Amino acid sequence: MTRNSGLKKQTIGSCLTGALLAASAAPCFAAATHARYNLQEPNSLLGQDIYDLHTLVMWICTVIFVGVFGFMLYAIVKHRKSAGHQAAHFHENTTVEVIWTVIPFVILIGMAIPASKTLIHQRDTSAADLTIKVTGYQWKWGYEYLNGEGEGISFYSTLATPREQIDGTAPKGENYLLEVDQSLVVPVGRKVRMVVTAADVLHAWWVPALASKQDAVPGFVRDTWFKAEREGVYRGQCAELCGKEHGFMPIVVQVLSAEKYAQWVNEHKPKTDTAAVDANKTWTLDELVARGEKVFAQNCVACHQANGMGVPGTFPALNGSTVVKGPKEKQIDIVLRGVVHDGKPTAMQPFAQLSDADLAAVITYTRNAWNNKSGEMVSPADIKAGRSRGTAAVAR
Amino acid sequence: MSTAVHDHTHGHDDHAHHPTGLKRYLTTTNHKDIGTMYLWFAFSMFLVGGAMAMIIRAELFQPGLQITHPDFFNQMTSLHGLIMIFGAIMPAFVGFANWQIPMMIGAPDMAFPRLNNWSFWLLPPAASLLVVSMFVPGGAVAAGWTLYPPLTVQMGMGMDFAIFAIHIMGMSSILGSINIITTILNMRAPGMTLMKMPLFVWTWLITAYLLVAVMPVLAGAVTMLLTDRHFGTHFFNPAGGGDPVLFQHIFWFFGHPEVYVIAIPAFGVISQVIPAFSRKPLFGYTSMVYATASIAILSFLVWAHHMYTTGIPLEAQLYFMYATSLIAVPTGVKVFNWVATMWKGSLSFETPMLFAIGFLFLFTIGGFTGLVLAITPVDIQLHDTYYVVAHFHYVMVAGALFSAFAGIYFWLPKWIGRMYDERLGKWHFWLSFITFNMAFFVQHFLGLAGMPRRIPDYALQFTDFNMISSIGAFGFGLSQVFFLYIVVKAIRSGEKAPARPWEGADTLEWTHLPSPAPYHSFETPPVVK
Repeated sequence: MTRNSGLKKQTIGSCLTGALLAASAAPCFAAATHARYNLQEPNSLLGQDIYDLHTLVMWICTVIFVGVFGFMLYAIVKHRKSAGHQAAHFHENTTVEVIWTVIPFVILIGMAIPASKTLIHQRDTSAADLTIKVTGYQWKWGYEYLNGEGEGISFYSTLATPREQIDGTAPKGENYLLEVDQSLVVPVGRKVRMVVTAADVLHAWWVPALASKQDAVPGFVRDTWFKAEREGVYRGQCAELCGKEHGFMPIVVQVLSAEKYAQWVNEHKPKTDTAAVDANKTWTLDELVARGEKVFAQNCVACHQANGMGVPGTFPALNGSTVVKGPKEKQIDIVLRGVVHDGKPTAMQPFAQLSDADLAAVITYTRNAWNNKSGEMVSPADIKAGRSRGTAAVAR
Repeated sequence: MSTAVHDHTHGHDDHAHHPTGLKRYLTTTNHKDIGTMYLWFAFSMFLVGGAMAMIIRAELFQPGLQITHPDFFNQMTSLHGLIMIFGAIMPAFVGFANWQIPMMIGAPDMAFPRLNNWSFWLLPPAASLLVVSMFVPGGAVAAGWTLYPPLTVQMGMGMDFAIFAIHIMGMSSILGSINIITTILNMRAPGMTLMKMPLFVWTWLITAYLLVAVMPVLAGAVTMLLTDRHFGTHFFNPAGGGDPVLFQHIFWFFGHPEVYVIAIPAFGVISQVIPAFSRKPLFGYTSMVYATASIAILSFLVWAHHMYTTGIPLEAQLYFMYATSLIAVPTGVKVFNWVATMWKGSLSFETPMLFAIGFLFLFTIGGFTGLVLAITPVDIQLHDTYYVVAHFHYVMVAGALFSAFAGIYFWLPKWIGRMYDERLGKWHFWLSFITFNMAFFVQHFLGLAGMPRRIPDYALQFTDFNMISSIGAFGFGLSQVFFLYIVVKAIRSGEKAPARPWEGADTLEWTHLPSPAPYHSFETPPVVK
């Protein structure tokens, strides 16, 4: 399995699997950007090894399949009672039975050798150029650039497909469900180590073209790596059932040249203390509502819905809610610390990781959106006060 | 296998006095009545689980959310899995065991008839709990049939219903297994040594041991889940020092052998049907027994191949890759033996044989994709995608369901004393075979191209294969309603069946009992030479 013959093998591989679908008249073509019959075109040497491994196993299976069912088909055609065939009476043959036990065993060893090599390569996360921590949340991804060029950058990445497209009231875009507001950006040709964890339930970070999949386990840190060979945009999805919005947690990785990456790092280097600037700013109600609508769309809409009605029986409505219409301190506490029921965290998780200004904005928004026209404003100072109030209640 | 048996006369019908009507079934201790109840129960759950599959496939027919919301979709996938495994396939094979084991070993009934009644009557309440859980606040469990925490710690009371249902169903399985083991070991006819038992009896003996070994493991796992949910323990909660991956280890220590709990009795049915319609003894009887036992033992040693992406150490990944691939060897031996049984036989293709050949063909495809998934680096790419969904439906639907159909068509004349309509049976096979492949073959492509499983909505490039899959699934569902019609028609107006309608069938129930089999099969045990 040499790497430079990869593309040719891909064509053979996709034809092979395509041919197995006898009923399908669809043309069989090489896996391009949109893979149809085979694994997505790999964008890393490791991915290519895995691709070749799959092709090898498929060939072995196909040969055995044709052999065994060739025999069966022959028996079905020639040894029919209706064709007058008389049954023989043999019912064992030790030699044959030993042979067909040993040969598969040898084939398995033949497959295990390249598989072990690839696996050992796959698990070697040492000597990375860049380390990025990814945290799975219900339902978004958090990225933090831990070291290497870009250290200190951190952001959240959520689905960017508008709800109307999902509900079918607007035409679906080209990258429907595979687009995010902020993609992970990495340089081409550098080994990127992904440190994977989760904040609430299991998730799995998976980008097929980069051959990288790792479960995100709360309380534990696992790692995986990839090294992109070509620039471009690569898309994946959460691969571990993580609740209601599991299908709406895409991952987009943008691979840039070294220069463009350096430029991106420059633009995204953490600006000094934007949070403090925000906190000292004097906000108007309209500014808070406008900003709050964006924060709501990123963090809250998955459960509480854009119309604030939630999902009856599962996620409470905010429109007309007694909490949203009641004293602001209680709402601030809920948003900061989540809802704990019978000593267990519920789907309403703490949102303390957002800035004071964002929290003030989103709470102000909910108190003024839909039918909740309170005209009341919650300021970043209120959130700050909320943070210092009874912080021991729920540990994050 | 061929057995020569002493002649003896029958006077069964004189002794067949038993209650009639509803009371006959509520209080019955007769293995045939209980077997019948198991089979009807399994079929009705099969329809319930199938209706859920139809909801899933209708939602996935095209991209976008049309008929369900995501939380309900997750409830459907979870309940579909739980109901099909615990409500449909397992009880169906226990139904076979109840009907066939006493007749095949020359016994009058099961060893513990009253326990047998209990084993069955535990099931309807358990199934009701699962179904009712859809209507409690928060809905049914929506975390997949694997119930992985911490998600299951978040669920509402539907999760507690599911845990309770699993406890009850597990109890039913263990009681049933004890009964089967005791019956097989103690009640065989004189002269029937273990190595003379029909292969179906062997497979159930092995399965029953598997069940006794693994059901308590599942019970333990869900009990720990229950105490995490309500009693403040932290087995699986990292905030309290617990480990979410621990649950997966325990669950799959149950869950992997469970796959074989479903597959091994199916192997048994196929090993009766293929020789009968090949008019030739089963090839390699002894190696079949050893291969089945090896599969059962290996099934305990490979659980973590469901967990390659959880971050288990490299050494563990290598070991589980080797051990998992190894299962291909005994499984291969079985397939080769079945093909060798057909080789130079005198083959005919009645419905049971069609389903058996369909099983061979499809189960082998499922086996090969299993081999692909055993290769760890490839599995990491395909884990939790539709490739896996396709793989296990080839194994479960083709493996278990097709052989259950083979068995039902094969033994129906013995059970009800009437023949089914051969022409309709063949229609049922071909409709099922074609629509099954339509539904599931294309899912391999979806998985390879990157569609995760358990998602209610998908990206546009997955559209056409999902449509094909949904159309196939609806066809497959309808074919099973047609099956119900065939069975009801056979019961009401089928032609009278002779004692031995299949000339190649040579086990005791065909050679020594009339059709339908009398209420108490063997009051005087036959002697097997």
